[in-house]
Amino acid sequence: MKCQYCEKPATFHITELTEPGGPQVMHLCEEHARGFLQKEAATPAASIAGALAKQLDLGQTKQELAELDQKECPVCGISFFEFRNTGRLGCPFDYTHFSEDLIPLLINIHDSVEHCGKRPRRAAAADSHAELIQLRREMEEAVEREDYERASEIRDELHRIEEAGSTEIHASEEEE
Amino acid sequence: MIRDSDFDDLAHKSGEWLRGTGPESDIVISSRIRLARNLADFPFIRRCSDEDRVSIERTIRAKMDSIDDWLDVRYIDLEQLSEIDRQFLVERQLISREIADAEGSRAVAIDPREQYSVMINEEDHLRIQVMHSGLDLKSAWQSIDELDDKLEGAILYAFHPQFGYLTACPTNVGTGLRVSVMLHLPALVITRQIDKVFRSMQRINVTVRGLYGEGSQYTGDFYQVSNQITLGHREQDLVALVEDDVVPRIIEYERKARDFLVKQGQQDLHDDVSRALGILSTAKKISSEETMHYLSKVRMGVNLGLIEDVPVGTINKLFIHTQPAHLQKLQGRLLGSSDRNVERATYLQCHLSGKLSDGDLN
Repeated sequence: MKCQYCEKPATFHITELTEPGGPQVMHLCEEHARGFLQKEAATPAASIAGALAKQLDLGQTKQELAELDQKECPVCGISFFEFRNTGRLGCPFDYTHFSEDLIPLLINIHDSVEHCGKRPRRAAAADSHAELIQLRREMEEAVEREDYERASEIRDELHRIEEAGSTEIHASEEEE
Repeated sequence: MIRDSDFDDLAHKSGEWLRGTGPESDIVISSRIRLARNLADFPFIRRCSDEDRVSIERTIRAKMDSIDDWLDVRYIDLEQLSEIDRQFLVERQLISREIADAEGSRAVAIDPREQYSVMINEEDHLRIQVMHSGLDLKSAWQSIDELDDKLEGAILYAFHPQFGYLTACPTNVGTGLRVSVMLHLPALVITRQIDKVFRSMQRINVTVRGLYGEGSQYTGDFYQVSNQITLGHREQDLVALVEDDVVPRIIEYERKARDFLVKQGQQDLHDDVSRALGILSTAKKISSEETMHYLSKVRMGVNLGLIEDVPVGTINKLFIHTQPAHLQKLQGRLLGSSDRNVERATYLQCHLSGKLSDGDLN
């Protein structure tokens, strides 16, 4: 028997037991089996594509979908189309920028949109991710052109944002 | 202060998680927890430039250096490592296949007892993992929680008040937690109950992944059970779901199947596991798949008391130490597939024919 993905003999027979349509048997060569087994839990790209397809079936028009695909993050430049294809986001700010578009997906995957586990003692405010990434880039550019004064100003600014974030988290803890 | 390190000595030792001593260790090989974390001021890995990756690696390395009690942590630069050495760390379960095959700046920090490792620049900037022997998730959670606190003291994580820890893939967002238990289930495979058992688990948000053969194909009878969702539940609850609910049920089924096999034909079973031990300890050349297949039988034989004088820890180690990169590291040279088969047979013979005790393997 040949591997499902190449011409090599299939030496691994793997049963994916959590497929919605019942167990699915895969016949793979060693190399493809290794790749398959190393992937975490569900294949993320596939489950995201599936979840989105379901979501879109529920009423979004082709035009709305095309518009959504064009939407880009101002910080990392990833488009929603690219995210849909790879299953991977581009930067922490995507969770803020694409927030509304990600919520149906999160409900589909996790059946929840609200984290209720551990919280770091220190964290930057969610809307400051964009600023943090941009400032750090600017700081590196400043160092490159040997403008150390500017680099040091940016470093202080970064610290200020970090500090503001940690105060915010502690304040919200106290409210609880 | 962590130190740069090679790891030639590792080939002669074993990680603690292979001891075969934790709770339920006749069936549960290991309990693993990993946390996905990202830095707040960098894009996720896929959108990083080469310079970004270098910068992330240096930043995290420097932060780790500031953690006081990380005295004996080894730091391995994966970009500089040969393919065989990366493969060795994959077999060892200290790094993922994904980071081994990736390009650019990336690294791993490993504690001397191999109970935890921290991968830098995997799919997320940080992948922290803790491995314990047997079914021991609660204490693994405690260890990883403390480790995460230490890193968090030095690193500003990407965290969102609503969505939790932000990850490159939305399937990991929230807790960033993946709990995995590796189970050895030969009796459920022999009695053909395995699919039925796992089908019954489908509705409870866990993923079961199996690696096994059919007909004449060889098998190791190992299965991995993991949580599927990461958002909307506390870490302790996700751990409890797997440790207190799902895994005990699978263990119970496996024990019932073992009892059934013993009652139905103890002689046949005894013969089967003894033959497996015979082949492993006398063969002159043997493939990796065949080794897995027979070691699995021997492991069950040891746990049912049908084979004496072979500690289960030795069998656990042999599963890892007979893999291709391990054999080549032990030999100190590259070996082709047929040379490896000869070397593997010699290695097995050495450790199973009673010439060496378990201590010598260390």
